[in-house]
Amino acid sequence: MNSRVADRIATGVFIAIAAIIISVLVGLFSYILYNGLNIVTPDFLTKPSSNIRAGGGIRDQLFNSFYILFITMLITIPLGIGGGIYMAEYAKPGKITNTIRSCIEVLASLPSIVIGMFGLLMFVNLTGWGNTILGGALALTVFNLPVMVRVSEDAIRTVPRDQKEASLALGITHWHTIKTILIPSAFPSILTGAILASGRVFGEAAALLFTAGLSTPRLDYTNWNPFAANSPLNIFRPAETLAVHIWSVNTQGLIPDVEDVSNGSAAVLIISVLIFNLMARWIGSIIHKKITATK
Amino acid sequence: MIVTIKDNSNQQKNIIVDEEKAEHILKVKNLNIYYGEKRAVNGISMDIEKNRVTALIGPSGCGKSTFLRSINRMNDLIPGARAEGEIVYEDINILSNDINVVALRKEIGMVFQKPNPFPKSIYNNITHALKFSGTKNKRVLDDVVEESLTKAALWDEVKDRLHSSALALSGGQQQRLCIARTIAMKPTVMLLDEPSSALDPISNAKVEELIMDLKKEYSIIIVTHNMQQASRISDKTAFFLNGDLVEYDVTNKIFTNPAEKKTEEYISGRFG
Repeated sequence: MNSRVADRIATGVFIAIAAIIISVLVGLFSYILYNGLNIVTPDFLTKPSSNIRAGGGIRDQLFNSFYILFITMLITIPLGIGGGIYMAEYAKPGKITNTIRSCIEVLASLPSIVIGMFGLLMFVNLTGWGNTILGGALALTVFNLPVMVRVSEDAIRTVPRDQKEASLALGITHWHTIKTILIPSAFPSILTGAILASGRVFGEAAALLFTAGLSTPRLDYTNWNPFAANSPLNIFRPAETLAVHIWSVNTQGLIPDVEDVSNGSAAVLIISVLIFNLMARWIGSIIHKKITATK
Repeated sequence: MIVTIKDNSNQQKNIIVDEEKAEHILKVKNLNIYYGEKRAVNGISMDIEKNRVTALIGPSGCGKSTFLRSINRMNDLIPGARAEGEIVYEDINILSNDINVVALRKEIGMVFQKPNPFPKSIYNNITHALKFSGTKNKRVLDDVVEESLTKAALWDEVKDRLHSSALALSGGQQQRLCIARTIAMKPTVMLLDEPSSALDPISNAKVEELIMDLKKEYSIIIVTHNMQQASRISDKTAFFLNGDLVEYDVTNKIFTNPAEKKTEEYISGRFG
């Protein structure tokens, strides 16, 4: 076989692989949307869920998903970027750093159900909080943090070394160089990492089953006092997220319209992730353009 | 003036250098630089003159860049690198542990081989360091930007697009921006590490012209692989070989009548 034929075959194989990936993606999307979209009505999105009767909505679950995502990222992003900065800029190569790095890798590959069990012990039982949003968010942080540290470290390391040298050679301190040169340059990659992590958080069910719980108290969306028991903003209340809701109606639901509710929820879930990704990328590119003065 | 050097067999000897009543901005005394166990610079001693261009020449890996980077402590960034001996600047040994490296680098600026502007606007490239050292006044910043770009012979080319990205400039313009950025800090010494080796001949000529101009105000030390460049722009030339300072003299003498055989061989292109 001559090299031209080999080259053609290679091209064909890679096109075929790409086609398979795209068709799986398109197939999955269209299946979920086809089954779910006719269920997703304004009514479905704004009504609380029902335990027994048909026609329940997903209002609280949708809110809970976004709220837990928000709280998780509030904890994960600063810690993750901080850890990444430490690993990329301050950690001296050696045994301790290698140990830290292996710990992070092991943590990143833990099954989420195990993290859920750990969360149950730590954030539910040991703290005595019971099932709470905060407990769920902390469990998700354990699940998310290693990825965020890894992504931030890699992003900072890929900033060209001469950028850093240029800044230091101008008599600028290490920290100011990190703040004004390294992080802005690494920003697009860190953002991508944060979006990927958010997608994982948004769709995560196993780690939340035992931590944020399977129920949501009756919520009053006009009550914005974060300490009130019926306030949606209260972080010490149980909260069933969308992903957990899909799981729970399918395994223990008593409602007659289980299939409709789970199809609709699935559609809302992927549309939310999609919108979230697009928004984050759009905002990210605006910020990046502003920093780098590119058009 | 008498300069002490070491020849290849590591024996110290004194040579006589033309004296022009030059002031010395840096005095290097018995400087050794190591990377881990490996010694990259072997006990060199030389005085650098104020408001002159000093060229460091020699084949790759001869220690000239290592020496240059030790003058503003950029070698601190390399794990395992350490320097022994003295580099005296304003009566202070800048190699000692207790000096403020950040303050030192404001006095002794550096321009690198590859143009490395920040991925920011042209304006922000210049003001980056000034803002850090506390200059916030817009008018002062505007003035410094204009002044340093003018000195770097770049103002006319970029004055209409100060707020567009520095990465859109050509390589030669980027390098002059890097020089402007260093000028903005008002250093006394500028270290140039092969500043035009990555540039085309026309940009190279512009950078050389600029260097000739800058020596009125700054003491310049330049590492170069380009022998013609060294002979064109420098007042004094130091020839390095395998970490030794082989010969250090007035440029004219180095290029026409070097004292050492090795120098002559290198200059005439027989090795390196």
